[in-house]
Amino acid sequence: MHKIGVFVCWCGTNIAGTVNIDEVVKAAAEIPGVVAAQNYQYMCSEVGQKLVKSTIKEQSLDRVVIASCSPRMHEATFRKTAQAAGLNPFLVEIANIREQCSWVHKNKEEGTKKAIALVRAAVAKAAGNTELIPGEIGVEHRALVIGGGIAGIQTALDIADAGYEVDIIEKTPSIGGKMSQIDKTFPTLDCSACILTPKMVDASTHPNITLYTYSEVEKVSGYVGNFEVTMNQKARSVNMEKCSGCGICSSKCPSRTTKSEFDEGLRNRGAIYTPFPQAVPNVPVIDREHCLKFQSGKCGVCEKICPAGAIDYTQEDTKITKKYGAIVVATGYDIISLDKFGEYQYGSHPDVITSLEFERLTNAAGPTGGKFVRPSDHKKPKKVVFVQCVGSRDKSERGKSYCSKICCMYTAKHAMLLGDKYPDIESYVFYIDVRTPGKNFDEFYRRAVEEYGVHYIKGMVGKIFPEGDKLLVHGVDALTGETIKIDADLVVLAAATQAKPDAEALGRKLGISTDMNNFFTEAHPKLRPVETHSAGIYLAGACQGPKDIPETVAQASAAAAKAIVLLSKDKLVNNPCVSEVNENLCSGCLECTHICPYDAISAKELEMNDHGKITKRTVAHVNEALCQGCGGCTVTCRPGALDLKGFTNRQILAEVDAICQ
Amino acid sequence: MSVEATKAVSEIKSEFAPLIVAFCCNWCSYAGADLAGTSRLNYTANVRIIRVPCSCRVNPYFVLRAFQRGADGVVIAGCHPGDCHYSTGNYFTRRRFSVFTNLLEYLGIEKDRFKVDWISAAEGNKFASVMNELLEKVHQLGPNRKLRDSRWKR
Repeated sequence: MHKIGVFVCWCGTNIAGTVNIDEVVKAAAEIPGVVAAQNYQYMCSEVGQKLVKSTIKEQSLDRVVIASCSPRMHEATFRKTAQAAGLNPFLVEIANIREQCSWVHKNKEEGTKKAIALVRAAVAKAAGNTELIPGEIGVEHRALVIGGGIAGIQTALDIADAGYEVDIIEKTPSIGGKMSQIDKTFPTLDCSACILTPKMVDASTHPNITLYTYSEVEKVSGYVGNFEVTMNQKARSVNMEKCSGCGICSSKCPSRTTKSEFDEGLRNRGAIYTPFPQAVPNVPVIDREHCLKFQSGKCGVCEKICPAGAIDYTQEDTKITKKYGAIVVATGYDIISLDKFGEYQYGSHPDVITSLEFERLTNAAGPTGGKFVRPSDHKKPKKVVFVQCVGSRDKSERGKSYCSKICCMYTAKHAMLLGDKYPDIESYVFYIDVRTPGKNFDEFYRRAVEEYGVHYIKGMVGKIFPEGDKLLVHGVDALTGETIKIDADLVVLAAATQAKPDAEALGRKLGISTDMNNFFTEAHPKLRPVETHSAGIYLAGACQGPKDIPETVAQASAAAAKAIVLLSKDKLVNNPCVSEVNENLCSGCLECTHICPYDAISAKELEMNDHGKITKRTVAHVNEALCQGCGGCTVTCRPGALDLKGFTNRQILAEVDAICQ
Repeated sequence: MSVEATKAVSEIKSEFAPLIVAFCCNWCSYAGADLAGTSRLNYTANVRIIRVPCSCRVNPYFVLRAFQRGADGVVIAGCHPGDCHYSTGNYFTRRRFSVFTNLLEYLGIEKDRFKVDWISAAEGNKFASVMNELLEKVHQLGPNRKLRDSRWKR
């Protein structure tokens, strides 16, 4: 008979509020095998853990059950506690009586009954636990950063500075991301390029960093410490080694019909182009879809004029496969398409623009050289209306239900920049609420109102009509109930941010999950905000949810720190909950090998001495370093020779029995 | 049916506290249940969860055993197809249990007592609604008597 100890946590009133702790303790003490049943207000605290440790020692417990919160929260904590008391950490089981019981059932009687059942199941499972010893796996001392925006650059620089190799993979031809499109940054009004471009150069010249631009992740396999990533580097059609970045090719390209992605479509670019003059690497790409040479075979101007002979139309996509110990995802965000917001006339009237287009219009390197003019007639506007929450906090299907977080601040910034440059421009801001929860944010917003006289109107815009060369903005002042009409020259829409459209597909390749808005999910919103549930994969920046630059950079450095901790190890402990083969039962059918997604099962020859005659028999063999412990093979095994340690058939059946009691 | 008999039936029904056993994969559905908890979503207390690493770990035998031991409903919940933490595990679940449902029906167990569903870590609401819906169905069907081992006391 085992000596099982049960420790029931109150979690303050979180559990004790709806579960009668005394009854649970009493019921636990009556379960056969349970020799100690205790309770404490906060079992995870130092005092609580001490109680567990001392009871293990005093009563020589050989199994421990903690009835507390979800094992996803504190299983590791209590395993360490048990280990400190000299017990194998895998002899600990958790009964989740908080998330599964006290928080979801208000009735105390029902809650107590259920808590007892859960404790009984955990005790039954614990009785079947065995000592497990984790194996060791090596670590590849290289990190991959997916996405070359400010988050990816910062992460890569931090990891590289710590002495490890880092690769950045970026989909577009240059690193820099959304931040490179921005003119000034709030709340300091720093010039975005002035703080970003030196970092871009640092990343490209750092001896430990390799850039893979114009490349995408194709396949990811492996596991923490040993990821194998295949990427597809798209053909640039320009030899990166020969190209000097002189830019003659792009200036002479006769095809000028493509809208520049970098300038948000406010100017055209050639088919051979660098996204922006400060691009890193400063090597153009040929957009084959719009290139006359590729489409019709006529042209070839760039090849003729390139002084370095760098143009190579025959270049092909290349596949690169490399091994990494850690992966940081920093793929950033997009702004939503405004097709469904017809009332604002976006797309049908050139003087209704998005905030990102505004950034390009006020940028000295932008399409107008920083002169703020209307896209339609290139005249300076006199009245500008900003509309906030376009698609944010919108529960209808066309928008996003969440707050995009950055729009209040960048709209205040835009209005302020206009006030600085052109004091005669009148700015109006329609808002639902102004949200400024950041250091110096509220001061910044108040400056816009008090010093720059920006008119803030609480209320939404109902419709915008073009009238003559003006835009008639119809709105409501929610505070006075008055209808407001403003004849604006330009309207700027603060469109909602959204996850990248391919985030889900990338998540699938990496085995990490996305939330209902397609942003990547962190392992724990408070305690593990940069980790994912897949060990060795971390998150940085707006791919996790809307973020401003300081937050993004902070998280990027945090992700780097996590990655560095991983890369600094030579060996990692393996998950010992892996499959094992009972060779006596194995018939050698090898059905299990087909089901294993990790190729962890292979055939093994056994030599048998059958009355002096040596015969050979094939059995399945599990490679414990590769097995991730899903347990799919155990169900496939017809003779029942496979079992999963930590979740054995006997353990689960015992749980079923106990739970049904 | 006489008035007394109707009354007797309704009393049995009100005394009937169904038991639902849910096998939840560690990565999505168990996390979904945790989210239902942290979001304080009220759902039926008749659900008891058994954590498994992946829904593909669930042997059909476990389901039968639960029915033998008096469970009135069984759910297997895993990550959405394509989102499996182990790449392909839930595809095996889907296949195995679409076949297994036929076996259950052959045994005389109403197929409405059994469900395989996909609940992601972000779907606390879905977790609660799947459980409540199954409870509703089980309530309509009444207690499971077909496979139940009468020696097993609950």
